[in-house]
Amino acid sequence: MPGKEPVAVVGIGQTKHVAARRDVSIAGLVREAALRALEDAELTWADIDAVVIGKAPDFFEGVMMPELYLADALGAVGKPMIRVHTAGSVGGSTALVAANLVSARVHRTVLTLAFEKQSESNAMWGLSLPVPFQQPLLAGAGGFFAPHVRAYMRRTGAPDTIGSLVAYKDRRNALKNPYAHLHEHDLTLEKVQASPMLWDPIRYSETCPSSDGACAMVLTDRAGADRAPRPAAWVHGGAMRSEPTLFAGKDFVSPRAGRDCAADVFRQAGVTDPRREIDAVEMYVPFSWYEPMWLENLGFAEEGEGWKLTESGVTELDGDLPVNPSGGVLSTNPIGASGMIRFAEAALQVRGDAGAHQVEGARRALGHAYGGGAQFFAMWVVGDTPPTG
Amino acid sequence: MSRDVAIVAFAQSDHRRHTDDLSEVEMVMPVLHEVQRQTGLKAADIGFTCSGSSDYLAGRAFSFTMALDGVGAWPPISESHVEADGAWALYEAWVKLLTGEADTALVYSYGKSSPGSVRDVLTRQLDPYYLAPLWPDSVALAALQAQALIDAGETDEPALAAIAARSREDARTNPHAQLPGARPQGGYAVQPLRTGDCPPVGDGVAAVILAAGDRARELCERPAWIRGMDHRIEAHSLGVRDLTDSPSTRLAAERAGAFERPVDTAELHAPFTSQEVVLRKALGLDDSVTVNPSGGALAANPVMAAGLIRLGEAAARIHRGESDRALAHATSGPCLQQNLVAVLEGETHAR
Repeated sequence: MPGKEPVAVVGIGQTKHVAARRDVSIAGLVREAALRALEDAELTWADIDAVVIGKAPDFFEGVMMPELYLADALGAVGKPMIRVHTAGSVGGSTALVAANLVSARVHRTVLTLAFEKQSESNAMWGLSLPVPFQQPLLAGAGGFFAPHVRAYMRRTGAPDTIGSLVAYKDRRNALKNPYAHLHEHDLTLEKVQASPMLWDPIRYSETCPSSDGACAMVLTDRAGADRAPRPAAWVHGGAMRSEPTLFAGKDFVSPRAGRDCAADVFRQAGVTDPRREIDAVEMYVPFSWYEPMWLENLGFAEEGEGWKLTESGVTELDGDLPVNPSGGVLSTNPIGASGMIRFAEAALQVRGDAGAHQVEGARRALGHAYGGGAQFFAMWVVGDTPPTG
Repeated sequence: MSRDVAIVAFAQSDHRRHTDDLSEVEMVMPVLHEVQRQTGLKAADIGFTCSGSSDYLAGRAFSFTMALDGVGAWPPISESHVEADGAWALYEAWVKLLTGEADTALVYSYGKSSPGSVRDVLTRQLDPYYLAPLWPDSVALAALQAQALIDAGETDEPALAAIAARSREDARTNPHAQLPGARPQGGYAVQPLRTGDCPPVGDGVAAVILAAGDRARELCERPAWIRGMDHRIEAHSLGVRDLTDSPSTRLAAERAGAFERPVDTAELHAPFTSQEVVLRKALGLDDSVTVNPSGGALAANPVMAAGLIRLGEAAARIHRGESDRALAHATSGPCLQQNLVAVLEGETHAR
C-alpha cells in the first residue's frame, strides 16, 4: 500500500471578526472567507473537489444543518459536502476531516471552512436549554469552567495575577492582527485586573468575546502544492481525542484526552521535545487561565509549572515559545470557527505570512482546539517543509 | 488508495413511535453492545468512532456529547461527529480507514423524533431568510415533488400506493420495522401524498462496524466490501431544481462505480413513495433489482439513522449470503437535496 499523500495548506482566508456582521447573511459571511482562501491559493471554485464545513451547535444561529442552504454560496453544488460538529473543537476537527480526504487520495483539493454568526441568535441561550434529568450547563461556558480554573490555582499555587498577564498579552497581540475582533488600544494590565468579576476567578477582560466570523483553508496534495503561488504549510500530524463529559475521577484541570491527543500528534510529527521543537503555538484559550493549564496538558511544561512560563514572558510574541501571536480566542471568538482559526494561524506562521504578528523564523507550529466539557480535542502540527517518511 | 474496507457488523433498535421511557444514551447503548458482540470487539479495540445526529431533533445544544457516554469513551478515544445522517459518519470513518490511521471503526447514529413535531422541526433546515419564515413542512415539500412527478407523467397515485404496499409487506420479515404489514393508504396528508405515502414518525438507533483488509475477514465470515462510495449535494432552492430527477444521486452512483456492473439489491433512503420513483430513475434500476427488502424508510424512518440503516441493511444481506452486490443510498435535506451512494460486494468464494 502506498503511504499517505502529504497534505499542504495553500490558501487561507478569514473575515474581519466583529460582534455583529449585520451587513451580510450567513451565506455572505462564509463566502467572504472562502473567496479569500481561494484568492490566496490563486484557485477558483472549479478547482475545488469537495467542501468540508464545521460549526458549533445549530442553535447558535437558529438554523438546522445550515450547510444545506450554504451549498450554493460555497460552490458545492454537484460536489461532496460534509458537515462536522464536535463542539468547540469543531474548527480543528473539520480541518482534519478535510485533510484526511486528501491524505487518503479520495480528493486532491478540498475547501474547508468553519464559521459562527453569533449575532443571529444568543449563545448563552443556546447553551442553556433545559433538558429534564440532565445537569444544566450553569450559565454558559464561563460558569462551567471557572471551578476548574480555581482547581488549577489551588493545585499549583499559581499567583492570582497569572490570568491577567495572559489576557493582557493576547489582547496586545491582537493589535497586530487586522482580522482580530477586539482591538483595545487603551488596555493596560491594571485595567484587566480591575475589570468586573464575571465567574470568580474569571474577570470580564479575561473572557473571550462573542464574534461573527468565518475562516477557510484550501488543502491540497503534493502536486497541488507544486503549483501553488505561495509557500505551503505542510501537515506533519493530526489527531482527535474524546472522553465523556462527567465521570468519577475525571481530571478537569488536565484532561487525559488532551494529553493523549498531544502525545499522538507530536509522535506523528516526530517531535520529542515540544518546548524546544515547536516555534509557535495557537491554542484554544477562551478564558485566560487556560494558557498555563494547556501548557502543562500539552507537554510544554511539567505539571504545576505552566504558569511560570507565562509569568516569565516565555509565551510573549518575542518569547521563546510564543502562544497565540494572533491574539487567540481571547480576542476573537466566532465559536465554531475558533478552532479552525487556531489551525490556520499556525499555518500562517510556518508560511511566514502572519504579517505583524509573525514569529520570526517559525518553522513548526501547533494548532489546538478543545470543546464540550474539556472533553473533545483536535490538534495539528504544521511545518514549512513536506513531512518526511 | 488501495485499501479495502468492509462493513462487518450491523445492528439497529426496534423503531418505535415513542420512546418516552428512554434517554438517547439508553437507546444507543444496547445497539452498540450488539455490534460489539457480533465482532467480539470492545470499545478499546476500536480505532476510530464517528456518529451522526441532530441537535434540533434533540432540542438541545451538544446533544451528541451525552450519547458519547453510551460508547464508554474511557480511556479517551479517537472520535468525531457529523451533524447529519449517520451515513455521512460512515463516510468519514471510511475515509479515516483509507488513510491507514485506523483498522476498525464504530459508526452510530440516532434520532428521537417523538418529543416534537418533526414536520415543523425540519422546516428549520430551510433557507433561514427566504424559506424558513414560511414554515413549509417536509410533507408539503415532498408533495410538491410528487405532484411534479405526476404532472410529468412519471407516476400516478396507484403506482405510489403500490410502492407503499410493497414496502410494508416486505417489512413483515423485518423485526425492527415500525410499520410491518399492510396499512391503509388513507386520506391526503398533503395532496397528492396520502398517509400511506409518508414515512412513520419514530425513534431509533443504528450502528455498524467497519474494518480494513484482513481485519475484516477475521471479524466477519462474509464482509460487505465497500467497492465505492460518494456523495453529492444540489442547490438548496427547490425553484432551481428539477424535482423529478436526482442528478446528485446519479453522479454519486457513477463515482461509486454503481454502473460498472448490475446490482442485485438496492436499499434506497426514500421516506416518501414518490422519492423511490425519482431514485429508481436516477439509478436506472429495473425490475430485476430487489428494492428495499427491509421495507425501507416507509416502514421505519428514525431521522438521522434511516440513511445509515440502508447501508447496514444492504451489508447484512451480503453477510447472510442473500446478495452479492448491493447499492445503498442515503439522503439529506428537502426533496433529496443531498445524496450518498455506496456499492457493497461479498466475495463470491464465500458460502
